[in-house]
Amino acid sequence: MTIDPADARSAGLSKLRALESEAIHVMREVASELERPALLFSGGKDSIVLLRLAEKAFRPGRFPFPLVHVDTGHNFDEVVEYRDRRAAELGERLIVAKVQDTIDQGRVQDGYDPSKQGSSRNQQQTQTLLDAIEEHEFDACFGGARRDEERARAKERIFSFRDDFGGWDPKNQRPELWNLYNGRLRKGENVRVFPISNWTELDVWQYIEEERLELPSIYFAHEREVVRRNGMLYAVSPFLQPQDGETVETLSVRYRTVGDLTITGAVESTASTLQDVVTEIAATRITERGETRADDRVSEAAMEDRKAQGYF
Amino acid sequence: MSAAPDHAPSASLLAEAGDPAGMPALRADLLRVATAGSVDDGKSTLIGRLLYDSKQVLADQLEQVEQASVRRHGAGAVDLSLLTDGLRAEREQGITIDVAYRYFTTGDRSFILADTPGHVQYTRNMVTGASTADLVIVLVDARQGVIEQTRRHTFIASLLGVRHVTFAVNKMDLVDWDEDVFRAIETETTRISTQLGIPDIHVIPISALQGQNVVDRGELPAWYPEDDDHPTLLRHLQTVEVSTDRNLTDLRFPVQWVIRPGAAGDTSGGRWDADDLHDYRGYAGQVAGGVLRPGDEVQVLPSGVRSRVRRIETLDGDLDVATAPQSVTVHLEDDVDVSRGDVIVGADEDAEAITFRELEADVCWMSDRALRPGARYLLKHTTTTTVAKVDAVLDRLDLHTLEREDADGLELNDIGRVRIRLKRPLVADPYLRDRATGAFILIDEGTNDTVAGGMIR
Ligand SMILES: Nc1nc2c(ncn2[C@@H]2O[C@H](COP(=O)(O)OP(=O)(O)O)[C@@H](O)[C@H]2O)c(=O)[nH]1
Ligand SMILES: [Mg+2]
Repeated sequence: MTIDPADARSAGLSKLRALESEAIHVMREVASELERPALLFSGGKDSIVLLRLAEKAFRPGRFPFPLVHVDTGHNFDEVVEYRDRRAAELGERLIVAKVQDTIDQGRVQDGYDPSKQGSSRNQQQTQTLLDAIEEHEFDACFGGARRDEERARAKERIFSFRDDFGGWDPKNQRPELWNLYNGRLRKGENVRVFPISNWTELDVWQYIEEERLELPSIYFAHEREVVRRNGMLYAVSPFLQPQDGETVETLSVRYRTVGDLTITGAVESTASTLQDVVTEIAATRITERGETRADDRVSEAAMEDRKAQGYF
Repeated sequence: MSAAPDHAPSASLLAEAGDPAGMPALRADLLRVATAGSVDDGKSTLIGRLLYDSKQVLADQLEQVEQASVRRHGAGAVDLSLLTDGLRAEREQGITIDVAYRYFTTGDRSFILADTPGHVQYTRNMVTGASTADLVIVLVDARQGVIEQTRRHTFIASLLGVRHVTFAVNKMDLVDWDEDVFRAIETETTRISTQLGIPDIHVIPISALQGQNVVDRGELPAWYPEDDDHPTLLRHLQTVEVSTDRNLTDLRFPVQWVIRPGAAGDTSGGRWDADDLHDYRGYAGQVAGGVLRPGDEVQVLPSGVRSRVRRIETLDGDLDVATAPQSVTVHLEDDVDVSRGDVIVGADEDAEAITFRELEADVCWMSDRALRPGARYLLKHTTTTTVAKVDAVLDRLDLHTLEREDADGLELNDIGRVRIRLKRPLVADPYLRDRATGAFILIDEGTNDTVAGGMIR
């Protein structure tokens, strides 16, 4: 049983389908080899893609894992609404792990100080995530990180092992050969798994378009009150108020990533449809993190350092 | 790392980089490429050049690299290698330590580039990068010609079953684009590749630093004329045909996950145990070889039970045909007992011939703890993990002479041939027949580390 080599090219997979197939394979391996996985779902575009991939991997069965959101409390309302609705539509269990609870229990100090510019709960998320992993005894967490996001990520394995404290040791990673993943854990270890490691930002957007995935409305152009800080546009909210000398402007903006609203910048845009957004992204000259994430602009190795401490 | 030479593109030139990348076609296909070469042959510079000249470097990344270049080499020059060296230790030491993955798209092809380090002590990283590569670029420094590392990297590419090897003869600017230098390297690399049985090789002269013949041709001598037989490196990568590299002959479908919404193991409350799903039983997995079609007569190994393919299901609808590496869900006509680790193969297949209780394999050893005969490991092959005992180390490859020599063990970064006995038989193929069903990893049960990658002979 052979097929004509001439047909092989047409039988070959497009890039998106090849990446999709790889991601589905990764998800099924985790479900098979690990006891208690979870899928980190923020309501952001990468985790929305993960949800679709989970449907592709496991339907018509249930997902063999719950969804987990690590919630800083500083959310866009539109994203929280989307998160809850999407979980309900899928009929899957959603666990919300709140940074506020971690703070209330005195386990971390709130990094967010309304009077301090640029302060956020970004660091505290790590503790809340580690607590959730411990409480629910998760041994694997799916995340939507991509290697094209940042240089330290470019070196991270698809199966990224973390020690008891959640730390990542870049110099001591397991070799990852072919599509053979070794998911065996040492005591106290757990693994973060990144099924879309090999996707670029544009792949994600094109996949969303091809699959007609719904996104939270803040990904599309809308009018919003913003202030300019360090070259970024931040939404004015109860958690982020204009400071002396700053003026509030109402601009047409959209978001390129969705995170804690105190550190996620908006971009000026009038792209109101998915197609417009994809066109804008394809033409952009600035990376996603550079344009919208204050947390990664601190130093050359900001991400590498945060990952060593247990950050996603 | 040496200071950036003065032909490096100037910061201001980079700042006014041209048009944004166009929108890649949705039907773009994917080429996985690994680069190999000795330290300082220019791998990182080449990848930086590919990304930069194909306009895939965005302004803030460039700004970061510009600032880092100034810190390292002083004002005026941009060191493109800093685009890929991502870990702090790598930037500090100016070397590539681990496999770095980079992504770019031009026209209707997308590339995943694995930049692997060159030293002998990083052989395992090159093996890792090459394991998934369709094509390996072996860098050769024009001034040095073919050296031991060139032979070793070419050998590893062939061992890993890579069918397309491209020799990029770099730093041609430093030999004034001397044709004789290039021809000598061309002859020697061709000879080595032919000896190793690599089916498709190309030798292309470039200067990664000056950007000649990488993405743009630039000014090239008359002996490398502008025609189809003398492509730029990128042009070659864009046109190399790899879709027929897959095994499209021997059907192999290792079952990865059984979907049974009505079964006890599935905790589906509410909507997923609807009546119509009560008898649902789908075998999910990734096609590893051959062509799968509804109606095909198949057998399930190791049990040997026969049935027929009823449906090939995906969330997007049923398929008429599936090939590697598609992830699909297979339904059989008969209610047979199939579980993870079973392999669906064609009905005509001689089951005995593809069932291994013992195997000979080339392995690359990846652990500080040496392999000694008699040692026990877990062996993971497709979706099966079984206990394996290494009965004998048959030989070890001298990575300098590429001669096989007697050995009583394998150390970190050694490549050698071993004989392995399996507790549970495997449905497998020789690696060169099907990479997906011929590859395995060994796992140390004590540490859970992956200690070797193996290729069945
Ligand atoms: N003259 C010249 N120098 C080059 C060329 N390619 C790379 N280099 C230089 O060679 C050195 C090593 O390059 P690098 O990319 O770090 O090599 P790697 O160790 O293989 O990644 C650097 O100083 C580069 O600027 C080239 O085509 N011509
Ligand atoms: Mg390098």
